[in-house]
Amino acid sequence: MKGRELKLMAKVLDKNRLPNLIDELIEKYRVFAPVKREKFIGFEEISSSKEACLEFQNSKQPPKGVFFPQTEILFKYKKGEKGVEADARPWNGEGVLFGVRPCDARGLVFFDKFFSSGDHKDLPYLEKRKKTAVVGLACIHPRGTCFCTSLGGSPFGREGMDLLLVDLGDRYLVEILTERGEKLVENAQWLRDANDVDFERAVELAKGAEDAIKTKISTDGLSGKLDGMFDDPFWDQVHQKCIGCGVCTYLCPTCWCFDVLDEEIGANVRRVRIWDTCQFPLFTRQASGFNPRPSGKERMRQRLMHKFNYFPEDFNEFACVGCGRCVKECPVNLDIREVIKAIVSM
Amino acid sequence: MDNMENSIQEIAKRLLSDEEVDLIIGYERGTTPLRASPFFINEEGDIHKLIWDPTCNINLSKYLLDREERIGIVAKGCDARSIIVCITEGQIEREKVVIIGVPCLGVIDRRKVEAELDDREILEATVTDEQIGVKGEVYEQVLPTRSFLCDSCQSCRHRNPPIYDVLVGEKVPEAAEADEFAEVEELESKSSEERWAHFVEELGSCIRCYACRNVCPLCYCKECFVDETMPSWFGKTNDLSDTMIFHIVRAFHLTGRCVDCGACSRACPMEINLRALTKKAEKIVKERFNFEAGASLEEVPVLGTFKQDDSQEFIIK
Repeated sequence: MKGRELKLMAKVLDKNRLPNLIDELIEKYRVFAPVKREKFIGFEEISSSKEACLEFQNSKQPPKGVFFPQTEILFKYKKGEKGVEADARPWNGEGVLFGVRPCDARGLVFFDKFFSSGDHKDLPYLEKRKKTAVVGLACIHPRGTCFCTSLGGSPFGREGMDLLLVDLGDRYLVEILTERGEKLVENAQWLRDANDVDFERAVELAKGAEDAIKTKISTDGLSGKLDGMFDDPFWDQVHQKCIGCGVCTYLCPTCWCFDVLDEEIGANVRRVRIWDTCQFPLFTRQASGFNPRPSGKERMRQRLMHKFNYFPEDFNEFACVGCGRCVKECPVNLDIREVIKAIVSM
Repeated sequence: MDNMENSIQEIAKRLLSDEEVDLIIGYERGTTPLRASPFFINEEGDIHKLIWDPTCNINLSKYLLDREERIGIVAKGCDARSIIVCITEGQIEREKVVIIGVPCLGVIDRRKVEAELDDREILEATVTDEQIGVKGEVYEQVLPTRSFLCDSCQSCRHRNPPIYDVLVGEKVPEAAEADEFAEVEELESKSSEERWAHFVEELGSCIRCYACRNVCPLCYCKECFVDETMPSWFGKTNDLSDTMIFHIVRAFHLTGRCVDCGACSRACPMEINLRALTKKAEKIVKERFNFEAGASLEEVPVLGTFKQDDSQEFIIK
C-alpha cells in the first residue's frame, strides 16, 4: 500500500497524545501492550496508558500468550449431586493488542492458519483472536539477530494488523489498514491528516530498517531439500550441542504446540491447556513407554522439518518469521540461521 | 589469551592424532557478539576454530554424560568440579575423559554488558581478561571485563581446575577470600514476607522451558521428577505454585552437589537468578557439614554418607 491510497488512510498522532489514544482504547477495550518489567519487556493487559512502553526493540516473548496463554483453563467441572456440572467462562469483552512488531503480527497470521485449518477449529484461541484488534509498531531498529526479510517479512510489514504506528520521532504516523482499525480511531480527535513530510520520513525509516538487517539468508529450495533429508546423517551432527530445553519454541511466535490435562482436587476438576514443545521427550512418549523420537536428534529434526517442510506443504509458507528470539536466547548459541544455511548449501 | 588458545589447539591436536581421544569438546566463536558456542571436533582440520576467552561461559561437562567415546574436554575450574561430582556419583568414567584444564579469571555475563549499553545493539565485540570492546552502529566503547563477570565468577574461589590431565598455561592466583554468600545473606536478613515477595517476583516469570535443568551437568536424571506421569507428582502449568515447587525441589536435589558454575542463571531466558536458591543450599551444607562439592575425587557425596559427628541440630526432637 503506497502512494495516494495510503495517504488517504494515514493519520498523524503527536507523541504526547499517545497516552490519550491508549486511555481512550482502555475505556472501550481490554488493552494488551508492552510493559517494561525489571529485566525485559512483556505483553500484559494494562489499565492505564502509564503502564505501556513503546520504546523497545522487541519483547522477550512474542505476544502469542494473549491468545494462547501458557496455562489456560478451558473449563472446570465437578462431580456433584446433580451429576457433572461444567463451568466454562468465555473470554470477556473486545480487545486491542497494542504495539506489536511486524514479525510478531505475522506470526499471529500463521497461528490463525494453524488453529482454523482442518475440521476442528480451535475455539478458545479463535474467539480471543476474533475479538481483538492488532495495532502494529514498525520496527525501526532491528536487532543483529533479526532476519525477517529472509523469510518474506519486513520491519515495516503490515500483515495481521489493523493499524500500523510508525515512530517519526516526535509523532507517530498511524496507517489505517482495515475497517476495524478505522473504527479504533474514529473518535480520536487528536489525530490529524498525514502530509508528504510524514510519508517521506516513514519511507526513509523503512529503508533504513531494511538496510539495518544484516542477516540475509537464502531459503531457495529449503523445503525441497528437507523432503529427502529425513534419514540424512546431517541430523546426527547438528543436534549435538542442543540441550533439549524449550527456549526456542516457547519464545517462538510460530510455535503453538500444547498439551491438555485434567487437574483434580477432590471433586473439582479443571481442564487446562498448557504449552508443550517437540523438544521435550514427553511430547511424543506413548502410553506403552515407547518414544518414536527418543533423542535430541529426532526432536530437533522435527522442529526444523515442521517449520521448513511440513508447514510449507500445508500452508505454502515457512513457519518462521525471522524474529531471532531463538538465536538471541538459545543457551548454547545453536543458531537456526546457520542450520538453514547448512541445509540450503547441501 | 592467544597463547592459551594456541595451547588448547595444540593439546587438542595431539590428543586426536595420538588417538588418545575420539572427540574434543571445546568452544568455537559464537554467531552473535559476546558469545561462544560448544564445539565438537573429531577431525584435526577443525582445530583452528577452537577458541578461549571470557565468552566461553558454557559448562561443557554436560556433554560428557551418556557418551560412549573417549573425550577430551576443555574445563574451567567450575566445569572440572562438576566433572568431579559426576565421577564420584558414577555418571562419568574417569578413564574415558581427558580433562584439558583451563585456569580461569572469570567469564562474562553478556546480559550485564547489554544492560550497561542500555540495550543499544552490539554489532561487534572483542573480549580479553582485561577489556571488552563493543561496537554498535553509532558507538564504540571499552568496558573493564572484571565488572561484567557472571555473579558466580565474582565470588569464585576455584579459578584453577582441581583435577586435570593437561593444564593450559599457568595456574592463576585464587581470589582473596571473597564473601561468596553475600547475596544469600542479604536475602536471609529480610523478613519472610519480603523474601516471599522476592521469589514471587523472580520465579513468577518462569516459563518452564527447563533450560536451567537441561544445561546443568548435575541434572542427569533419566527422567526428571517433573516429567513423571505415573503418577504425576507435580503440576506442569506455569502457575506460581507449580513453578515454585519445581525450582525448590530442583534446588533440594542439587544440595551438596551444586558447584555454583552459574550455568542455570546464564541459560534462563527470563533472566531469573536461580543461584539464589542453590547458593543458599550450598551455604547450609558448608555450615552443617563443612563440605564443598567437587573439591576432589576422594570425596563421598555429603548426603550419601553419615558420620557420627555430623551436625544434627536440625533434627526435630
